[in-house]
Amino acid sequence: MSATVVTPSSPIATAAGRVRDWLTNPKYGPVIVTAVLLVGMFAVGATRYRGFTNPQVIANLFIDNAYLIVLAVGMTFVILTGGIDLSVGAVLAMSTMIAASLLQAGWAPGVIIPLILLATSFLGLAVGLMIHYFQIQPFIATLAAMFLARGLCYVISKTTISITDPVFTALAQTRIPLAPRLSITPSVILAVLVVIVAVVVLHYSRLGRTVYAIGGSEASGVLMGLPIARTKVLVYVISGFCSGLAGVLYSFYTLSGYALTAIGTELDAIAAVVIGGTLLAGGYGFVLGSVLGVLVLGTIQTLITFDGNLTSWWTRIFIGALLLVFIFLQKVLTARRT
Amino acid sequence: MIDQQPAVSMENISIEFPGVKALDGVNFRMFPGEVHSLLGENGAGKSTLIKALTGVYRIDSGVITLAGDEVSFHSTAEAQAAGVSTVYQEVNLLTNLTVAENIMLGREPRRFGLIDWRATRARAAELLTKLHLDIDPNSRLGSHSLAVQQLVAIARATGVHARVLILDEPTSSLDADEVQELFRIIRELKDDGVAILFVSHFLDQVYEISDRLTVLRNGKLVGEYLTEEILRIELVQKMIGKELTVLEDLERKTRLQNLDETELTPYVRAIGLGRKGSIEPLDLDVYEGEVVGLAGLLGSGRTELARILSGVDRADVGTLEVEGKAKRIRTPRQSIRDRIIYSSENRREEGILDELTVRDNIALALQADRGWFRPIPKKRQDELAESYIHALNIRPANPDALLKNLSGGNQQKVLLARWLAIAPRLLILDEPTRGIDVGAKAEIQKLVSNLAENGMSVVYISAELEEVLRLSHRIAVMRDRRMVADIENDDLTTDNLLAIIADGATTEAVA
Repeated sequence: MSATVVTPSSPIATAAGRVRDWLTNPKYGPVIVTAVLLVGMFAVGATRYRGFTNPQVIANLFIDNAYLIVLAVGMTFVILTGGIDLSVGAVLAMSTMIAASLLQAGWAPGVIIPLILLATSFLGLAVGLMIHYFQIQPFIATLAAMFLARGLCYVISKTTISITDPVFTALAQTRIPLAPRLSITPSVILAVLVVIVAVVVLHYSRLGRTVYAIGGSEASGVLMGLPIARTKVLVYVISGFCSGLAGVLYSFYTLSGYALTAIGTELDAIAAVVIGGTLLAGGYGFVLGSVLGVLVLGTIQTLITFDGNLTSWWTRIFIGALLLVFIFLQKVLTARRT
Repeated sequence: MIDQQPAVSMENISIEFPGVKALDGVNFRMFPGEVHSLLGENGAGKSTLIKALTGVYRIDSGVITLAGDEVSFHSTAEAQAAGVSTVYQEVNLLTNLTVAENIMLGREPRRFGLIDWRATRARAAELLTKLHLDIDPNSRLGSHSLAVQQLVAIARATGVHARVLILDEPTSSLDADEVQELFRIIRELKDDGVAILFVSHFLDQVYEISDRLTVLRNGKLVGEYLTEEILRIELVQKMIGKELTVLEDLERKTRLQNLDETELTPYVRAIGLGRKGSIEPLDLDVYEGEVVGLAGLLGSGRTELARILSGVDRADVGTLEVEGKAKRIRTPRQSIRDRIIYSSENRREEGILDELTVRDNIALALQADRGWFRPIPKKRQDELAESYIHALNIRPANPDALLKNLSGGNQQKVLLARWLAIAPRLLILDEPTRGIDVGAKAEIQKLVSNLAENGMSVVYISAELEEVLRLSHRIAVMRDRRMVADIENDDLTTDNLLAIIADGATTEAVA
């Protein structure tokens, strides 16, 4: 009890004190650390490998990870409430399967894409209702959804279905030039739009603030008269929608649907969110932090590709190590502040 | 004032829970510009009445009217929208968000559908200024003390054109200055015509701030009184429904029984015991059958000392002797083996298991002591629970009741029963009577006194000096994390004790 008496810092805090305050602030600390880490990794890459400073390297980071950014955005909503969504990887795979099989059957892309988004949002809704009204642990409810979605992938087809639809191939191959010898794909623009909408929703809407409130203390939120039930269900709908959209982007990226695709991607998304500074316990974190987290993961992959001597499995090892460091960091920060 | 229309009128309210009639035909009313105190023992129905008014519970029968209009709330949100706001004992705000957000959450001004942060912060600042509170709206709520958080909660409550403000035990974690600050704000709101419901176990505060009192007992209305027309002693009698002589008796007995223990070895002896950043090294002896009171202000090191004595925190200097033998106690498990028991001040988090039954809670320590491979037979558990329910007068007298459904005082009794079941030699009680009512308090104090008579050593921590004085044979005073006095409780008065706590004036007091 006596340890809770923390006086607000005085206005004449020294610069060093302020830096320390920022770093130990659960809100900004981890994000700053991630940003510094990202810059550091680029510095290492730039000094060690030729061609690392080419702006297209950064553009490729976004191109290769557009789907992961979208997943991470949805996951950020869920984790901010203190929940978790294990189903996103399987739902992504299911979306690619639905897209590929329906295209094969001759459906129009203009029908398929909204249908996918609707279906995955609906799955999210079911999961959210289960979590809130039957008080099932998010871990279990989304695990069930994961098995369901993965199972449905096999029901659709056991083999790879390639996509030859002209709209999909066009979206996959179109390059939007930003500058001479620098271009991005339409997927990147979509991902950036999703990020912008998410930032606005989280910071400028009551829904967003309620998401943070749930992470802070659900019981307090109820007593403050906030729409907790609705919001808690809605974050899983948002995550479901994002998984569907990520699946669509992924099918642009790979131009195929395959039941075994994106296994473990939910863990990449969770890793990105955590490395991006969102507390697993909820209540603290930013969407932009999660984007930084995705970029960190992507940069590790890029560094390993540039190196050429390491197998891509080192990516996993680095991600694992980083994750450990960040979880430890969170523990220290939250312990300091309670 | 009587012919004025009440801000709130609750008529013939009944609420029934499985097996318990929590409220039985209670009438209650509040007037604008009046502070009304709701009094009663734990389990009298105060919380239930408040929850009925704020939409947490549905009433089974009766009528609630707000300024003449009949209402029926289905959620706290609806009650808030109608101008009924509540500030709870445990500040129910969000420490991860800013002060401004906590005040405005759910009703932020919006422009084009998006939150207008500038207006939001301005409105929050305005509400804080109105209450003359100097708090930075942009600071994180969690960076402030509990007292400040409570004031922020009131600012939030007043933000919704509150007509009725309910303060449920707002002062239980505040110090004297903070209480005065709170009262200043209550008076201002009262002058603005807000009807205020003030619930507190501190009778001094009730008498200082309220205009009108309503007393409940066992879910029934005892009566409504004007504060200036009822004497304290009458009020307490109405609350507990019997003559309050227990406490006086107790006091006399403790004083008489001041044993001459000097020749005995103490059961527990701390020599130079301390922990860096927690308490300075200190000596303390606790004899068999002795009650040692620990007095001092909040944060003076009382709890820290208790935690070190019981191995919850590890001492880094000094030794602890149990019956003359030096012991290295590193974990509570080790201290429990020596029957040194610590019962935390944080009853809810570190004491009871509120999802388990009374029986399970009572049997817990004994079961842990036997080891999990030798379960206590169901019959023995029942006997154990029954005997303690009877001995400590735990209500409801139902071993299958979930602990979360018991009042604070009864939860405390269950907690005590759990420890008594393993026959402690030294019982360290940290604020065992905080937030519980007069009746249960007297029962717990009586119990402690009886236990000591039967040879148990007790270290008793309480913020209430009267309580420490009444119970203890000896009093150790903590101040700024060191022990400043260790004195026999002969003719000590609260004034003596206050002087020591305030100035550390040990020299004259050491007898």
